[in-house]
Amino acid sequence: MAFLDNILLSLESLKANKLRAILTMLGIIIGIGSVITINTVGVSLTSTVSSSMQSLGATTITVQLTQKNEDDENTNQDVKIRKFADSKPSKNDLITDKMLSDFKNDFKDKIQYIELSRSTGTGTITNFDDSSSTTSVNIIGVNDDYFKAEEVEVVYGRAIKNKQDGKKDICVVSDKFVEDALGTDPKDVIGKTVTITVNDIPKTYYIAGVYEYEQETASTASKQEVTTSFYIPIESARILNGEDEGYQSFKVVSAAETDTSAFLTTIADYFENIYSRNDSWTASASSLESMLSKFTEIMNTISLAIAAIAAISLVVGGIGVMNIMLVSITERTKEIGTRKALGATNASIRWQFITEAMVICLIGGIIGVIFGVSLGTVISKIIGFSASPSVFSIVLALLFSLFIGIVFGYAPANKAAKLNPIDALRYE
Amino acid sequence: MCKKIISLKGIKKRFFIGKPNELEVLHGIDFEVNEGEFVAVVGESGSGKSTLMNIIGVLDRQTDGEYILDGIDVSKANDKKLSEIRNKKVGFVFQTFNLIGRQSALKNVELPMLYNGFNKKERTKRAEELLEMVNMQDRMKHKPNELSGGQKQRVSIARAIANDPAVILADEPTGALDSQTSRNVMDIFHRLHKEQHKTIVLITHNKELAEECDRVITLKDGMIINESKGGKRNGVS
Repeated sequence: MAFLDNILLSLESLKANKLRAILTMLGIIIGIGSVITINTVGVSLTSTVSSSMQSLGATTITVQLTQKNEDDENTNQDVKIRKFADSKPSKNDLITDKMLSDFKNDFKDKIQYIELSRSTGTGTITNFDDSSSTTSVNIIGVNDDYFKAEEVEVVYGRAIKNKQDGKKDICVVSDKFVEDALGTDPKDVIGKTVTITVNDIPKTYYIAGVYEYEQETASTASKQEVTTSFYIPIESARILNGEDEGYQSFKVVSAAETDTSAFLTTIADYFENIYSRNDSWTASASSLESMLSKFTEIMNTISLAIAAIAAISLVVGGIGVMNIMLVSITERTKEIGTRKALGATNASIRWQFITEAMVICLIGGIIGVIFGVSLGTVISKIIGFSASPSVFSIVLALLFSLFIGIVFGYAPANKAAKLNPIDALRYE
Repeated sequence: MCKKIISLKGIKKRFFIGKPNELEVLHGIDFEVNEGEFVAVVGESGSGKSTLMNIIGVLDRQTDGEYILDGIDVSKANDKKLSEIRNKKVGFVFQTFNLIGRQSALKNVELPMLYNGFNKKERTKRAEELLEMVNMQDRMKHKPNELSGGQKQRVSIARAIANDPAVILADEPTGALDSQTSRNVMDIFHRLHKEQHKTIVLITHNKELAEECDRVITLKDGMIINESKGGKRNGVS
């Protein structure tokens, strides 16, 4: 008996019991649907995050002070409390200019830029045209390399040169700031002063340069609300903040031909060595690439956990299919007897019912895939990422549902196949 | 010399073998049916008719004795072979029709041919011809629950002869029908016998219908107690 005939037979018998068939499929639908949903959301999340991380620059390595783990013997409570109270690095722990210049000398060929920045908070200025409204800026102290590394394009005047600027009160502002707050043409403001209120204290800076502000595409803020950066020499920022000399972190942009991930390990070892005598602090290096792989790892773990839950739901669904097949076979005992009297072999009866279980599971799987893809797409849209479900997982899900059909259909089908034709014919 | 289609020698059937309630239902039946014969088997309830019918139809095996069906020694066949014998050599007509409710008359008639490996086109063509032969050409697409008892039985006769079996085995085919419909169904059997020289074994309660056959075998308490010539038909063909 041909396979196609079996499929047609199964469809007929499912049609006769539509509601029951759908209820039976529910377990499979939910199982497959959730796997596909998670997969779709996961894939789109991973791909969007990785693509945005790539665009941010995979060649950038961040070196950051981190607290050393007090491991093994030192886990008594005193240490913990001390550690907790001591969560800010002290003056002696910070990365010094000497460390940076040594580092730069040691890896001349591999380093393109060393980027330093010091955030000083928000400053405000009253707008020229309306004394009741203000424009806000983020005041950031930066070094020379910052402009190149972050691709800040100075269109008028010049960028900050720390050697000559030192702790002078000069600044580089955005063209947008000039237009919004000062109401003058950006090219006319070079050398002029601007007074910014920081923590209620007015502070006057000379404008050394104007950079071109680039609207971030992903930003949802309206044009007026945008806060642009207000760059000042890094030393000025330190004094403004009242901080110690030295840095908690810096960024390294590796040269184009450098293998970033290998360089990352080198940098990590280098600074670990420098900090080997420090009891509580060390400097660790990370790149977007390493963060990305961690992120992917986490996503995979989450997917795996949910897949395990979905697998349980699939097994429950499979048991449901098995249950309904047993009911169906009992109901159709007489039919089975008749078929046997008409010459059906045990094998053909077995195949008929296995096919039926497979068809139930496959239809359930297809509905589950449709359900999962649509739900995944909707969720991805809500989160704001574009969805791209993987074909591989869809094929795998369908094959798996077929497999469930075979596994859970076999026992009932075998029971049907082994029925004694006389008993089956007599069954009422 | 006529070819023997069915040859039973010393057939015994016991149930619950080896248990305290062991029961012998058939005590050595000797019985032959020639090609083209129309034989009736009559007997009271519990006489062993159904058991004999199950053995003749290869649904059950005898405990003892020899059964040759169309030259095949049934006792030596395995399960798969038995399925093949049921499919190709025997055409069943049941008292309760046993049509498959979800499927149309046409599909029901196609069923034995499906198991015989006919392709879809051949099956449909032959099933249509067979239904036409039993005057059911107008109701081929109907499902069994849309048919009357007589119509159902006609469909099941068409199904029984689908694979052109060596013997048609009819177990109380008129048992669930009124007398007029019974008459029609019997006429179909007579027609198959006369026109197509089919070998038919009819198992029935109804003495009158049995008398119409070539030969009547009477069963009582698992033994053949009487064998008589029939052929007493009241006209109509």
